Amino acid sequence: MLARTVTHALVGLDARRVDVEAHLQGGVLSAFALVGLADRACQEAKHRVRSGIASAELQWPGGRVTVNLAPAELRKEGSGFDLPIALAILAASRQVPPERVVEHAAVGELGLNGRLRPVGGVLAAAEGARTGGLKKLLCASECAAEAALAGIEPIAVRHLAEAVAYLRGERDPPPVEPTNGSAPEPACPDLTEVRGQERAKRALELAAAGGHNLLLAGPPGIGKTMLAQRLQGVLPRLPPDEALEVTRIHSVAGLLPPGRPLVTVPPFRAPHHTASVSAIVGGGTGPSPGEASLAHRGVLFLDELAEFPRNALEALRQPLEDGAIAVARVGGRIVFPARFQLVATMNLCPCGARGDPAAECTCSAARLAAYRDKLSRALLDRFDLLVTVPRPRAQELGGKPGEASEAVRGRVAAARERARGARLNRGREADELLSTAVERLALSARGRARVARVARTAALLAGTDEVGADHVAEALSFRSPTELGSR
Amino acid sequence: MSDLALAAFAAETGGHVVEEPKERRFRRFEHGFDAGGFMRSLDAKGVRFVGRSDPAFPPLLRELHDPPPGLFLRGSAAVELLQSPAVAIVGARTCSSYGAQVARLLGRELAAAGLLVISGLARGVDGEAHRGALEAGGFTVAVLGCGADRDYPAGHAQLARRICERGLVVSEYAPGVEPAPWRFPARNRIIAGLAVATVIVEARERSGALITADFALEAGREVFAVPGEITSALSVGTNALIRLGATPLTSAADVLEHLGIEAPQEHAAPLGPDATAVLAALFDQPAGADELGRLTGLDAPAVAKALAELELSGAVAEADGLFRVVRPPQ
Repeated sequence: MLARTVTHALVGLDARRVDVEAHLQGGVLSAFALVGLADRACQEAKHRVRSGIASAELQWPGGRVTVNLAPAELRKEGSGFDLPIALAILAASRQVPPERVVEHAAVGELGLNGRLRPVGGVLAAAEGARTGGLKKLLCASECAAEAALAGIEPIAVRHLAEAVAYLRGERDPPPVEPTNGSAPEPACPDLTEVRGQERAKRALELAAAGGHNLLLAGPPGIGKTMLAQRLQGVLPRLPPDEALEVTRIHSVAGLLPPGRPLVTVPPFRAPHHTASVSAIVGGGTGPSPGEASLAHRGVLFLDELAEFPRNALEALRQPLEDGAIAVARVGGRIVFPARFQLVATMNLCPCGARGDPAAECTCSAARLAAYRDKLSRALLDRFDLLVTVPRPRAQELGGKPGEASEAVRGRVAAARERARGARLNRGREADELLSTAVERLALSARGRARVARVARTAALLAGTDEVGADHVAEALSFRSPTELGSR
Repeated sequence: MSDLALAAFAAETGGHVVEEPKERRFRRFEHGFDAGGFMRSLDAKGVRFVGRSDPAFPPLLRELHDPPPGLFLRGSAAVELLQSPAVAIVGARTCSSYGAQVARLLGRELAAAGLLVISGLARGVDGEAHRGALEAGGFTVAVLGCGADRDYPAGHAQLARRICERGLVVSEYAPGVEPAPWRFPARNRIIAGLAVATVIVEARERSGALITADFALEAGREVFAVPGEITSALSVGTNALIRLGATPLTSAADVLEHLGIEAPQEHAAPLGPDATAVLAALFDQPAGADELGRLTGLDAPAVAKALAELELSGAVAEADGLFRVVRPPQ
């Protein structure tokens, strides 16, 4: 006897339709074979499905059971195939009506007690089901809200027995409430906690408004990391289309909180400097998104930039340019979106004393050169805003608390709104100043474009109709200092 | 052609040769020396040679009691460039940002006044002096302590190329000679010998720059020292020179005055009110942008604009987040 269910396998961020076929051959000898290029976690489904069916007080068919995951040449990974495999076997043994099973897509992991567990990538699977013409998706109740985002009707079940009862038409599971819910706001640290540091805060505001990459340099202990961590709080919420993009990536990585899955706050990812290249750009045998993709439409924060392995940093150049990462593996090439804003901090020298008037730097010239050589010119060029923060004096630390993040976020949102509208022209004086700067400061073509971009953001924040000389002047003050760049 | 043979013999034996050696070894070498072949190999490397008996040999250098047998030259300028009035700017390799900025300023202003800037291509003060001269579109000469065909230190290969575009890289050593510690003091006598005046920017207590100063004094040339903070190890050498009678250098004009040269008139654009206020605050001491905001009462964007204006006018430079006045008050 033969039956079939539909599920989806993830290839990068896309779902491919997989037909789960179950075939039963009567006989005395009991056997269970799972074929169709299933990986280890997927092979273990045999044991979970068998126990799950028993726990749901259903019948395990006697004789030989063969399950095929088609197409057979596609690698299948993970535990999301448990539910469709169980349903296919139950349909083949006519414990649930087969014609009803094929109307649904199914995804989910089974516990030995038959309980359904959430898995990653449900949003992608739901989207795949919808484009494949299916209307309903059977999934764990924790994932139902996520599946609903794809515009499909989720059938939220908590147990295999519940799924069977539903398919038999005995009992409908509770309808999924359209939560429109978004993930709980991460607790963002607030800018009020930063005293002084007016220049760095201004750079942070410019970076937020224009999506510029920002490098904060200075001696340790002056609050570079503290400042960078407050960028998330001043970024405006994601528009719906971008929120869905980010949610899709975070779904595949299994990072979504249950119940309120839509990611509306721009993500903030801070990989440690011991992270490997594939942890940052994505990889693995069935490639999964790395930190750079998880930071899509948000912030990738690299604390102590010069401590990162050089090849990891160089690998970031492609996404910084294209907004996407292509991961090539034997099985094929997968493109992950990675349009993030790069924020980094670094000390001015390996011992950290440089830039601190109270300490004397003990680094030799060779050691200093080696430290700076780690950051290639090409990478440094990608930072629109470069701020060197000296150690503040006591008076500045005793100053009044800073402006709240929310006020800054309001200005940033307004500037971004204006950016969507009119095209900003540069005034004549601004053009002249830019030309003088190119000559005097030996700006490269890329450097010039960088200054022009930041000047435009300054004008947008100021709400003026054209980019003035003032804005160009301010942008010039944030260009890379010769100390970091020219040697 | 005996100058050439002498220089080639020095390279062959790895020694330092000034006078014609009496030993038979040199006789034998000179006898078998193929001058034409040696010149051809120089040509292939793009290196020229000017012997000390050549009329084009810089006369100031010939005045030394131990002038080199000749100079190997690399670069596009004519040998006669070495006869123009020249000032040497030397100092510590691991200099402070203050030292680097002063060296660059002096290189720029002295080159702009038409002087040839001479230095040793080393890291720190030397390199900055060359860069300053190049920035002003002036002429500069680097004197090496190794073969003239080498870029030493390797990190300054690009700088050496830029110097060669307009000026010269010179050495008393034939191509292929490796740098050795004892060759640098000998190189310093050439730096001091080519210049009418020597400026020491920053020097520790026992710095190679002080050797250059000694050579300059020995040759009867003027020595200027840039005064520094008495608590800074990097200024111990220069301050000691001043105590011994070197002229303290307070601006490039001091050197020009000594040489009887008019400083070119600068037409500085008038500064805006914010920039003037920031500059006034910076005259007291170097400061970070936030501190300047506190001192002048300007907000962060206004300070940033003022600083950009000052940097463009060449009055202020930034290093490690601290802004510093690099042009002495008028």
